[in-house]
Amino acid sequence: MKIQQNYKLTTVSATANNNYLWDKLKKRAMSVQELEKIFQHKVDQEIKIEPKDWMPDAYRKTLVRQISQHAHSEIVGMLPEGNWISRAPSLKRKAILLAKVQDEAGHGLYLYSAVETLGTTRNQTIEDLHSGKAKYSSIFNYPTLTWADIGAIGWLVDGAAILNQVMLCRASYGPYARAMVRICKEESFHQRQGFEILLVLSKGSPEQRAMCQDAINRWWWPSLMMFGPKDGESTHSDQSMTWKIKRKSNDELRQQFVDMIVEQAKILNVTLPDPALKWNAERGHYDFGEIDWVEFWNVVKGNGPCNKQRLEARRKAWTEGAWVRDAAAAHAEKRKARQQDKAA
Amino acid sequence: MNQTLINYVLHLADNTLILSQRNSEWCGHGPVLEQDIAITNISLDLIGQARSLYQYAATLQGGNVTEDTLAYLRDERAFKNCLLTELPNGDWGQTILRQFFFSTYQHLLYEKLLNSKDETLAAIAEKSLKEVTYHVRWSSEWVIRLGDGTEESHQRIAKALKELWSYTGEFFIPADYETATANEGTGVEIAALQQPWLNKIQDVLQEATLPMPEAKTYMHTGGKTGIHTENLGYILAEMQHLQRSYPGVEW
Ligand SMILES: [Fe+2]
Ligand SMILES: [Fe+2]
Repeated sequence: MKIQQNYKLTTVSATANNNYLWDKLKKRAMSVQELEKIFQHKVDQEIKIEPKDWMPDAYRKTLVRQISQHAHSEIVGMLPEGNWISRAPSLKRKAILLAKVQDEAGHGLYLYSAVETLGTTRNQTIEDLHSGKAKYSSIFNYPTLTWADIGAIGWLVDGAAILNQVMLCRASYGPYARAMVRICKEESFHQRQGFEILLVLSKGSPEQRAMCQDAINRWWWPSLMMFGPKDGESTHSDQSMTWKIKRKSNDELRQQFVDMIVEQAKILNVTLPDPALKWNAERGHYDFGEIDWVEFWNVVKGNGPCNKQRLEARRKAWTEGAWVRDAAAAHAEKRKARQQDKAA
Repeated sequence: MNQTLINYVLHLADNTLILSQRNSEWCGHGPVLEQDIAITNISLDLIGQARSLYQYAATLQGGNVTEDTLAYLRDERAFKNCLLTELPNGDWGQTILRQFFFSTYQHLLYEKLLNSKDETLAAIAEKSLKEVTYHVRWSSEWVIRLGDGTEESHQRIAKALKELWSYTGEFFIPADYETATANEGTGVEIAALQQPWLNKIQDVLQEATLPMPEAKTYMHTGGKTGIHTENLGYILAEMQHLQRSYPGVEW
């Protein structure tokens, strides 16, 4: 907050101020329809929308909702995997997992910053998560029961996330797209480490192979659910496509995921728990069975196996960290005052 | 096989692994995102150091010994870490102070280890020193922040000081393998580090407006020779669970 105020003070020079007023006048003279036309034209021309550009309120709202939901998913997503850091079965695996979960914290940071460019502070965004107003990806409401789950999450969950995120690297909103480019660079390492965990298990003892197959059986369907409701039942999809926030439909992305995973599963020598899974030569894609939408909506509505625990853990970290954040702020204030005293 | 040197290397490795394990409990639960990342980073640095040291101990021992058999298949009584590293995290103040005490000690130790006749140890110290320099800076800044911050933070860090102080003396009381390696020129004469350590601690505590504890406090010892607090058993039970449950497989 403080930084932003200083920034304003130093940048509003006389000429900047004139330009700003001129812009404002020009904008007032333009009707909303005209502004919207210019905006959509930019989007169609693949010109990125930047924080200071005019944008429709609904576009801003959609972005805040989507990016903050995405940020929360990164942060809540640290919990199921963090659950196995202390028990990782080798020093190498422990180090890799720590680095991976730490990456997710970094992703959360980039995304909270992107939300801030739209005028919503990080604290506000975080409070919306804690109050239950904001959502996060339902996948993280499933428990990590065995070490193989850490492999399955990397392979399937990060794998699904990557497809979505690669698409978002071209999102029309500049700060979001740029955050996604940074994130995508790290995500491929995430999927690879997950696949590698499973690959070792798949070549291991009978118990390890069973552990591997069991984890895949449990994470397969929830991973397919990550792409959201079917096209046509997804409330925000069409508008997001026109605004080029999204460029592929839920079902397109889901199909892409299935096609990719089926091939990789062959290398792991595992099965996917769907009897309807079959190559369709005519379509050039794999057919697959119907998602259990009752379960999907149940987890979205808060009845998943870990919804309560995940939110509790986040709230607890935040509440118990309050005195630390306060102390840091108080110390910074005192320091500043002391420095000003010295200067005076 | 030089058992003394092996014990010394294991002692250094156990310190870093156990503290890394403790710090990693914060991952995903930190007070603010930036600090969640910072404490995880320290955890990562420490496990990196532990791996280099265990790998070295494994080559010294030969046979089928690996970094993982050393970390995962030894029992409580074989671990040689200082007691401070295994204490519970407590609140952020306690974690910070533990880190500050440890990193300051480790920094002095590694500076001396640079001159070790053992080239591998000297190289590990050199590589680690950059990281440890950062750990000292980060943790001392936090001690100052909490001491100087609010009434509550001051009280909390003062309480941590009371709780942790009696575990710091152990650093400077040499175990047999420390004395022997110091005499050989491979290890470090640890008692000589106590005064510089106290000086650094005093400087930072002063800036944090915290009182320097009594020099003559009773100090807990035993970790270096495998007599631990009850905490270590639980740490190992959790950490070693998979290796113990599924012996002899790859992960
Ligand atoms: Fe991520
Ligand atoms: Fe990821």
